[in-house]
Amino acid sequence: MVEHTVAATNAIVTLDVPIPQVIWGWMITLNMWAKSIGTGVVFIGAYLLARYSDKVGEQVKVWMPIISFVFLNIFLLFTLLDLHQPLRMWHIFAYPHFTSAITVGAWMATLFTGIIFIMAVIAIKKYLLKKECKLEGLYRPLLVAAVILAVPVTMYTATIMGEATARELWQTPTELVQMILAALLCGSAVFLIIGGKWSYEIKRDLAIILGASAFLSFTIYMGEYYFGHMKAEEVAAIIAYVKEGGVYHVMFWVGQWLAFIIPMILVYFSLKSRSSSLLYLASVLAIVGLYIAKHVWLIIPQLLPLS
Amino acid sequence: MKLGFLVDLNLCMGCKGCEVACKVENKVPLHSWRLRVKYVDVGVYPETRRTYTPLRCNHCEDAPCERICPVSALHYLENGIVNIDKERCIGCAGCMMACPYGAIYMDPVTNTADKCTYCAHRIASEMMPACVVACPVEANIFGDLDDPTSHISRYIMEHQKNGGVKVRKPEKNTHPKHFYVGGGEVQLNPLASKREEGYNLFNNITHLDHIGGH
Repeated sequence: MVEHTVAATNAIVTLDVPIPQVIWGWMITLNMWAKSIGTGVVFIGAYLLARYSDKVGEQVKVWMPIISFVFLNIFLLFTLLDLHQPLRMWHIFAYPHFTSAITVGAWMATLFTGIIFIMAVIAIKKYLLKKECKLEGLYRPLLVAAVILAVPVTMYTATIMGEATARELWQTPTELVQMILAALLCGSAVFLIIGGKWSYEIKRDLAIILGASAFLSFTIYMGEYYFGHMKAEEVAAIIAYVKEGGVYHVMFWVGQWLAFIIPMILVYFSLKSRSSSLLYLASVLAIVGLYIAKHVWLIIPQLLPLS
Repeated sequence: MKLGFLVDLNLCMGCKGCEVACKVENKVPLHSWRLRVKYVDVGVYPETRRTYTPLRCNHCEDAPCERICPVSALHYLENGIVNIDKERCIGCAGCMMACPYGAIYMDPVTNTADKCTYCAHRIASEMMPACVVACPVEANIFGDLDDPTSHISRYIMEHQKNGGVKVRKPEKNTHPKHFYVGGGEVQLNPLASKREEGYNLFNNITHLDHIGGH
């Protein structure tokens, strides 16, 4: 703006109240990260069941709903803890406001978690406890429902970010894709970690999903990083927090390297050398790095004064 | 009826009477504000001037806070006011994330979102908002935008030539019902002025570390 780029019209705030800075902090990052794992294992699990049911069917049927259920509960727990009035959570069901992606998401996530819970119960009873389960026939239709529902459950946070009109950096279309990619990244990484003894053929598929998700996600981040400032002065001011030094600049690049760049390199070399240990390392780094990458992206728009 | 607000920044002298009146009327807790007056100094010494800008909820026609609120705690009244039901609020802070004007705060006592309601309780008793009553120079003008004969409507018509009536961040498509006369970029665009440590009068706290009583 001319007011502070021209010395003669230099404009400085000389009296104002302290303004809030970070409103949604690490709990919301944890929420998004855990949800990516909770839904990602369903996407990738369904793929493995469709393609490699004869080889890893039983393992996937057991671990997919259990891992998903654990991480969905982490996601729901921290969503609840982040509320300033957590005991009023029931209002979201009693007084729903369906223009809000928070409401729609809460309803869908609750239903999704219920479906995953039933699938986990069936899997534990039949495959871990080796007992007869009367609900066994439900597993497949529940899986179909879970995969369908996992799509909006994964993506609704992007709509919340889009509804956050104050934060120009977050645009719904971009964030929708980022959410899906994060789920695919996490889902493939989780199965690469737990599928230590699986055949290389399966691991190769998972590695390609991991590498491709990392590449596409990284490309979007770099698009925002290098070209975001062309859209609006608000975006330029927000991107400056990661471009012009400081703690978020370091965190941003740590996140990008851990979540995307190193996993891409490791996937490439593992495909060349058929190395499972490289894929294991790539998966762990991707999951850890994704938390950092998401956290930076959540925080930086909140650093900008709104008034 | 569609109630709106207009501040004539040519008249405002930054006395903060409106800010204090609002605090008292609405029992706004410490380190929270429904209405505040921001000072921005412009120019280089000795050619400097100080600007004053009262900032409050814009009661947008397409309010992002109302849209994102998951429980309709933020809702429209028939007179156009964006009101808040603190008993229903779950404290998700979605409204704080959505409001492009930073007009919503988390009440540290009740742990619920709160904001300017144009003193809806006073209006229900046919009184003016507390800030309007307190203003010594009548810079705050409040009234019915649907009524072309109201003081605010006439004021807008009188000053609309040459872009004299402005709203904050029109590009956000929120259609604010809070107008400014005599406002430039410095007053209305937060990115048009710098916030630098050591430049604040009376107060060195520039940011709140935590939100509400969380």
